[in-house]
Amino acid sequence: MRVKLSAATLRSDLVRRIEEISGQDLLACYQCGECSAGCPVAFAMDMLPSQVIRLVQLGQVEEALDSETIWFCAACQTCYARCPKGVDLSRIMEALREIALQERGDHLDIAAIRPEELAEFPQQAFIGGFRKYTS
Amino acid sequence: MEIPYYPGCTLNTKGKGFDYSVRASARELGLELVELETWNCCGATFPLLVDNMLDLAGPARVLVSARQAGRRLAVACSTCYNVLKRTNRVIREDEDSREKLNFFIEADYSGDLEVLDLLQILRDDIGFDRIKEAVKKPLSGLKVAAYYGCMVLRPPSEVAYDDPEHPRALDDLITALGAEAVDYSHKGECCGAYLAVKSAEVTAEMSFTILASARRSGAELVVTNCPLCQFNLDRVQEAGGKMQEARGRVQDARGRVQDSRYAGFQPIPVLYFTQLLGIALGLYSEGFELDRHYVDPRPVLSNYLNEQARS
Repeated sequence: MRVKLSAATLRSDLVRRIEEISGQDLLACYQCGECSAGCPVAFAMDMLPSQVIRLVQLGQVEEALDSETIWFCAACQTCYARCPKGVDLSRIMEALREIALQERGDHLDIAAIRPEELAEFPQQAFIGGFRKYTS
Repeated sequence: MEIPYYPGCTLNTKGKGFDYSVRASARELGLELVELETWNCCGATFPLLVDNMLDLAGPARVLVSARQAGRRLAVACSTCYNVLKRTNRVIREDEDSREKLNFFIEADYSGDLEVLDLLQILRDDIGFDRIKEAVKKPLSGLKVAAYYGCMVLRPPSEVAYDDPEHPRALDDLITALGAEAVDYSHKGECCGAYLAVKSAEVTAEMSFTILASARRSGAELVVTNCPLCQFNLDRVQEAGGKMQEARGRVQDARGRVQDSRYAGFQPIPVLYFTQLLGIALGLYSEGFELDRHYVDPRPVLSNYLNEQARS
């Protein structure tokens, strides 16, 4: 993928906003890949967790928002627990989800959940899911 | 010993077998859990954005109610424990958030409550030695996999009371009950949690990875501390259910169909750890709701269930 870098995209308002609401220093990540190696959902993702933070480091936020990876992150925080630089990537994923929800709408159609699932699933599955996939 | 107790939504409804076995076991061990007079949902996930005060308001209200009841709070659901413990830390350590939250929920709370996981109380206040002495039906011969999930381990600096990569507390409890705690590789790996509402195929794959790891180590039973883990791990195995169809083939985000490594897997019952504790203490009754599990645990446990309750 060809990426054109400029000062304006590297430190865009959106990049600054991600840093602000996640409370994370994006440039602290030196791309060791520990997060991707330990991520239990990586098998289902279209982009590795370390690639998502790399895109945001380079100001390519729209590409990160296009990725399904942000929706497959289960916030288990294995990446954060093991990151040698103390970067909480799950907070960056949450920041990207938040921006995607605000700009592009909900990721889950609550009305489409089947009645038998409503009857069966524990409450915390729905409450957790609604908090991550809807605004 | 009396201690205020927060059951949480799932234990109050779909996880009644957990709640019942928690209260029965605690009482038998001299621990009186006193349910909070007023409580609400904790929010089920800790909000990860630093400016998300709104999602902290719910758990903050629970903490205020708990502080009125005492200085310590017992929580059995590991997700509630995680959310309450982390919210309490924000209130205690971040002055700006503390002021905002107190203003919003009309309270004056400083964060001086100790939020404790039930397993932590059993280990540190009761002691596994005392539990071992109280066992009436030793679970000798039973091979059990302790599954910790995420919530009592991560983030380690905020919630862990055990080694986050090699936790022991649940294994040690299993050993105290006379059973054998098997060592396996996935005791702290995420089951997929709320991903279940978005992509059941993916949580199925994640849950099977954990269960297969436990099976390979010779486990006959898995015990956990989280209602959502229990649900994901148990339901994925439901015979004849829709989840079973996902067992052979899994579709990922790119639409690629992957062959699952777990076809032909032997179902393994998934219990709450307090159900196993209660059984070993000789307290088993209908209230444990073992009949509500997808994989019936009663055949594996038949040697240890009370005579009168076995029918």
